[in-house]
Amino acid sequence: MTNETVVKQNKSVMANALNNGLNWVDERFPLTSNIKAHLTEYYAPKNFNFWYFFGSLSLLVLVLQIVTGIFLTMHYKPDAELAFGSVEYIMRDVPWGWLIRYMHSTGASMFFIVVYMHMFRGIIYGSYRNPRELIWLFGVGIFLCLMGEAFFGYLLPWGQMSYWGAQVIVNLFSAIPFIGPDVSEWLRGDYLVSDATLNRFFAFHVIALPFVLVGLVAAHIIALHEVGSNNPDGVEIKKTKDKKTGIPLDGIPFHPYYTVKDIVAVVVFLMVFSTIIFFAPEMGGYFLEANNFVPANPMVTPAHIAPVWYFTPYYSILRAVPPFPGIGVLGIPPSLFPGVAAMGLSVMAFALLPWLDKSPVKSIRYRGTLYKKWLAAFVVSFVVLGYLGTEPANIWGQFGALLGNADRATVVARVFTIVYFAFFILMPWYTKKDKTLPVPERVTG
Amino acid sequence: MAENRNDKNQGSSHANAESNLNADVDLEKRNFLIATSAVGALGCAAAAVPFVMSMTPSERAKAAGAPVEVDISKIAPGAMMTVEWRGKPVWIINRTSEMTAELAKHDDQLTDPKCDVISQQPSYCKNEDRSIKPGIAVIVGICTHLGCSPTAKMQPKGDMGDRWPGGFFCPCHGSKFDLAGRVFKGSPAPINLVVPPHKYLTENTLLIGVDTEEKA
Repeated sequence: MTNETVVKQNKSVMANALNNGLNWVDERFPLTSNIKAHLTEYYAPKNFNFWYFFGSLSLLVLVLQIVTGIFLTMHYKPDAELAFGSVEYIMRDVPWGWLIRYMHSTGASMFFIVVYMHMFRGIIYGSYRNPRELIWLFGVGIFLCLMGEAFFGYLLPWGQMSYWGAQVIVNLFSAIPFIGPDVSEWLRGDYLVSDATLNRFFAFHVIALPFVLVGLVAAHIIALHEVGSNNPDGVEIKKTKDKKTGIPLDGIPFHPYYTVKDIVAVVVFLMVFSTIIFFAPEMGGYFLEANNFVPANPMVTPAHIAPVWYFTPYYSILRAVPPFPGIGVLGIPPSLFPGVAAMGLSVMAFALLPWLDKSPVKSIRYRGTLYKKWLAAFVVSFVVLGYLGTEPANIWGQFGALLGNADRATVVARVFTIVYFAFFILMPWYTKKDKTLPVPERVTG
Repeated sequence: MAENRNDKNQGSSHANAESNLNADVDLEKRNFLIATSAVGALGCAAAAVPFVMSMTPSERAKAAGAPVEVDISKIAPGAMMTVEWRGKPVWIINRTSEMTAELAKHDDQLTDPKCDVISQQPSYCKNEDRSIKPGIAVIVGICTHLGCSPTAKMQPKGDMGDRWPGGFFCPCHGSKFDLAGRVFKGSPAPINLVVPPHKYLTENTLLIGVDTEEKA
């Protein structure tokens, strides 16, 4: 026997062994069929563009948050006496602790950046429309979980901003008529934000919400792979299939085509991510606020309280809506509830999009100018409200006595709050009235 | 039995299949299943009670929320002291007669001058001065807007403007209160500051957290 034939024989022996092993597994667990269904024979439209990176990037950040979170839990102490010190201990004494902590805190902001981009993609290409309503609703659930994670997690370092932020947010619940005060006491487990609150927020942050989050992500992907991905043209690729194979003519297997494409996005993302971690982990107070480097003090409120940037559009709406003055004759007391309700609605409104959009087309490519103007107005109001939420209400001074000395910034926030809600409320009207372009049969470009 | 039914349904129209199914329903079994599920759901709801209740304030937290006894004899006229009750700052203000006289003069600038929001003070403090003894105000120093702690600005005028009668100013969102904790119009805080339940044990000993018995 020559050497070559020996090598060949060895190779085929190995291949056989591998094959036998795979068969053994497949008879007991659907490994090959799952790889096919979700990767090698999942046909995604061939015209994905830039906007389609953010789904897989969200998944990447989720994994990063879970992994860094596990390692932080090894050193962190969920105790009002020890929490602040244990975070500083992680930053100074734990080998590489600073890196893991900054990865986690920066990861929170990056999570919202990629998720907001991902949601915007869904909006401009009509990815929430029939038959993808459930994918969108699971997505809204993920978004809510993420907001919960961010809020609970922000209390854990037990800094001044942690403490008073939690105080303000938990107090929002006490504005709910009748049951409110009991609800907020139940959430805190005490008459004020205290050790009991910190302990339970830790439980929510590290175990309860991550479980729900991962479950929702699985549901999101299973639903997506059931109906198939949308694309920048909003054309259903399953309508035109190869007659012999039954494969969509405009589809390409997710693996290797999109796995390879997404790796490029991952590399670029990690470059941005590392730059922030190493050079601007606090991002000038936007990712980690200065007041949070002061230990929590229940007796002294910091002069200016603002949430982290990803909550500020909703926080602006909360501040912009005036309180209900009360009806003295009927004994109905004044209440903050309108603002709190408006803030809740501003987040939940996204869930209604599949039913508010009455346009005959899905993608912005074939929509008319009316829709585009409304979308632009929404984006502008989201950004302006987001900016105003980071600043005190008197940042632009007051109007004259003629306008009741109202804060200029508050008036601007009120105008954009109206635009924000009009985008949703008027959507059935303007999407119907909009002059759309004809949609092609097959995807373009 | 089940096989027979399947055979019958094969080839028949959808409506037929439906009526056949209805005819074959074992009502006794269905009622049994509904009743079992209802009892099961009740059991689950009952089992949830301990978990939900475990999140309410613990005995230790309640004990920390116990009434606080304060000696008020050392507060100079026109000064205030802060004590902690349930982890919240409680102000005890020894108002001078000029200060209490001033309280009646700015009713028109207040949101709720007569303190009609009953949850904001015990009934024995629903009066001109919001207090048991006119001079001594007892107020929870937590803003009714979003829970920050206002700063004392007890002297009239000064950096608060020429019309300022003396009171409290919240640094978070700019709410203003007078020396009885009543909120000024135009503040983000919707209602007056809270007067906690309190009573006098002796002339100079105040117990915060326990109601004064109402006179019949």
